[in-house]
Amino acid sequence: MAAPPLKLVVVGHVDHGKSTLIGRLLHEAGALPSGKVEELQRLSERRGVPLEWSFTLDSLQAERDQAVTIDTTRFWLTLGGRDLVIIDAPGHREFLANMVSGATGADAAVLVIDAAEGLQDQTRRHAYLLRLLGLEQIAVVVNKLDLVDFAEARFRALEQEARDFLAELGLEPRIVLPLSARHGDNLARASANLAWHEGPTLVEALIEFGAAAPAEEAPLRLPIQDIYRQEDQRILVGRIESGRLAQGDTLLFSPSNKLARVKSLEGWPGPPPESAGAGRSIGLTLDRPLFLERGELASHVENAPMLANRFGASLFWLGVEPMVEEREYRLRLGTAEALVTVERIERVIDTDSLAPLAADEVQRDQIAEVVLRSPAQLALDDHARLPRSGRFVLRDKGITVGGGLVLLRGVADQRRAATGRADNLTLVSHKVTQDARAARFGHKGGVMWLTGLSGAGKSTLAMAVEQHLFRKGYAVYVLDGDNVRSGLNANLGFSPEDRVENIRRVGEVAALFADAGFLCITAFISPYRADRARARAATPPGRFHEVYVSADLAICEARDPKGLYRRARAGEIGEFTGISAPYEPPLAPSLVVDTARQPVEACIEQILGYVAQHFATESGAA
Amino acid sequence: MDRLDDLEAQSIFILREAENRLTPLGMLWSIGKDSNVLLWLARKAFFGRVPFPVILLDTGNEFPEVYAFRDRIIKEWGLSYIDAPCPPVEETDPSLPPKARAAARKTLGLKRIIAARGFRGVMLGIRRDEQAVRGKERVMSPRDAAGGWDFRHQPAEFWDQYNAEPPPGGHIRVHPLLAWTELDVWRYIEREGIPVVPLYFSREGKRFRSLGEKDITFPIDSTAASVGEIIAELEASREPERAGRAMDHESEDAFERLRAQGYM
Repeated sequence: MAAPPLKLVVVGHVDHGKSTLIGRLLHEAGALPSGKVEELQRLSERRGVPLEWSFTLDSLQAERDQAVTIDTTRFWLTLGGRDLVIIDAPGHREFLANMVSGATGADAAVLVIDAAEGLQDQTRRHAYLLRLLGLEQIAVVVNKLDLVDFAEARFRALEQEARDFLAELGLEPRIVLPLSARHGDNLARASANLAWHEGPTLVEALIEFGAAAPAEEAPLRLPIQDIYRQEDQRILVGRIESGRLAQGDTLLFSPSNKLARVKSLEGWPGPPPESAGAGRSIGLTLDRPLFLERGELASHVENAPMLANRFGASLFWLGVEPMVEEREYRLRLGTAEALVTVERIERVIDTDSLAPLAADEVQRDQIAEVVLRSPAQLALDDHARLPRSGRFVLRDKGITVGGGLVLLRGVADQRRAATGRADNLTLVSHKVTQDARAARFGHKGGVMWLTGLSGAGKSTLAMAVEQHLFRKGYAVYVLDGDNVRSGLNANLGFSPEDRVENIRRVGEVAALFADAGFLCITAFISPYRADRARARAATPPGRFHEVYVSADLAICEARDPKGLYRRARAGEIGEFTGISAPYEPPLAPSLVVDTARQPVEACIEQILGYVAQHFATESGAA
Repeated sequence: MDRLDDLEAQSIFILREAENRLTPLGMLWSIGKDSNVLLWLARKAFFGRVPFPVILLDTGNEFPEVYAFRDRIIKEWGLSYIDAPCPPVEETDPSLPPKARAAARKTLGLKRIIAARGFRGVMLGIRRDEQAVRGKERVMSPRDAAGGWDFRHQPAEFWDQYNAEPPPGGHIRVHPLLAWTELDVWRYIEREGIPVVPLYFSREGKRFRSLGEKDITFPIDSTAASVGEIIAELEASREPERAGRAMDHESEDAFERLRAQGYM
């Protein structure tokens, strides 16, 4: 059977001759319908212009009138026994969205450069986009050599310039070719005008390119598209983006973190297959009734995607309105959808010079690196590892405004924490009741969870409050970095994963203290809402009190009791909260203590007042 | 995976996206070869059952063989069928050339059935290779409340993230066969054994390559009397598929204008 055709996108600056090149290729391949060349000749005569090969393509009236390609379109041809689909992509800056719409479907690219004009801004921008879109098979064509008298020196100079620019992007063209598309020199046949050129013609070069193979060897990724109920069966459907799955495999669903085995693959008509690989649209049933929804990502247990709600991205922006920090957009990642907030625009890249620009917004057609966060956990793959599941689009007001690649460097995998308690344990009930404990201690057990920036005053307040309460007879204990890191969490470092685990353990230990009837005070920055929500969930209902120790960054940085801000500013500490990593303030704290606007003593009184009100027993012994 | 597997998997993915995201959804069934392939793919995507109604934009001018084929397939495949009558030619845009006006009856019929049923998604079997203007289409193409196609400002569509959100009062045209060619369609019909209207097969040296209404569609010279012979004929041909569709050729921009006004 026929192999899938090679999909080839032709890109480059406006007027550098992309459409002419394609028109001429179609002609050389005998792919123009009979009568088309004659029709073009008639048209050209009627308009009093020389025969334009690009008229073959620019079939929309609007495009012929402006002699500019507006939208992407496709052509089918066979060259040297190879089936090709050519995707024409507009070069005009304002049509970048159309260029991307065309280029993302391609296996390989031809970058066209006008020999007279050389590399222009859209040449560079398109090259950058090719890298972002993951297109690595590239042929560079120096076109219109007839305009520079087929001068070899001009070609060599442009070849070097193009190679240098692509090398800076980490791209290496398969070949750089001289050409005159309008006259057909070196297109399908070697040309006497280019006798100095010893390499292949463009057609010879193109038929050597390979179609992108579906990634069957890669880890399994199956985004769940829908669930159909049919005759008591629940059929999960979706397209396998990478890897293979077979009947009997155990699947892990993310982000719900549920496991089940594949009972059967389903198909119509005829017997369904026993296994299926990347590229197939399949249906399957599971061995147990799980509640799953569209947007779950199925994988094997080994090589699962990462779970995180904050991640980096390299993106191109197509929106008319610029992208700005703290704005929400709708993320689509595979079949999953979530609201994400732009936490930080790290840099905007000037595609001409490749220099980072200082900017706090990303304009239309710009390329940037950003940090995104979502209130919910997302199943993520780094784009470099799994391109098809490591890319996403952002939508706003019902249209796609940007595309991006997931970068997971420095991102914490929350899966271990999300796994939660083992659910195969049987909890043994204590014979001592909570009421009995409260009666003994004279107050209720619970957790006072202090959160805030480094330097906000958490430890100072926690220790002072502990002392006051202890004197009043409270069973009270403070958990902070020092007493936890030296023992319980001695095996944890400061990687993002370890920080998540550090807070998870603190939450669990605090919950045990509360269960024992103690008032447990914790003093950790605990910058992420997700981590604090988990600690709350670990504590019996109603016994978790979130205290926001509030002071703005400038004040904390001025206090800098441990000299950490200075070191973070100097770049000695990476991912430092407030400087290079975010702090997510509580949305509904039980208590806000403003250490910037009131003295320490007033803050302590405020907390003691809260404790007296919320931890007192009915008899009020304390 | 070979080329047909690849196309099939992609089309099934699109069908399932449309069914998930766009309710109510309907499918235009011209009863030609392409929409039969689309219907077959829908049966594959949804395990034998077509979960949305199929609509014929009925001018009353289809060939009798087409109506007979329709009645048989509705019964055999258990389809939910909507007959959408098209208004008379007098109600179409008088500035269009005459054959295009005949075709524009379908545009009006389509608008009325969309309004009557409140469809948010309409699926159809057009392909990029059929006609240059269709080459510019997106897989999911938003239409405004008037059904118009703003081809100058199409939203971006990439990485299989489609525009499944209709504009206010508008709908989405869904094109699961956009990436197929005429030859792909026939090879798939052969591989899967999909039934087609007998008018496609040669009788007395003529056959229909593209099927439209009686008065504006003409047969081509051909001796191809089986699916295999049609494939062999197409492999050797350089004639455009729609050469026999009169409305495409009356003026340079006739088809573009038809489409901008909401034609398929």
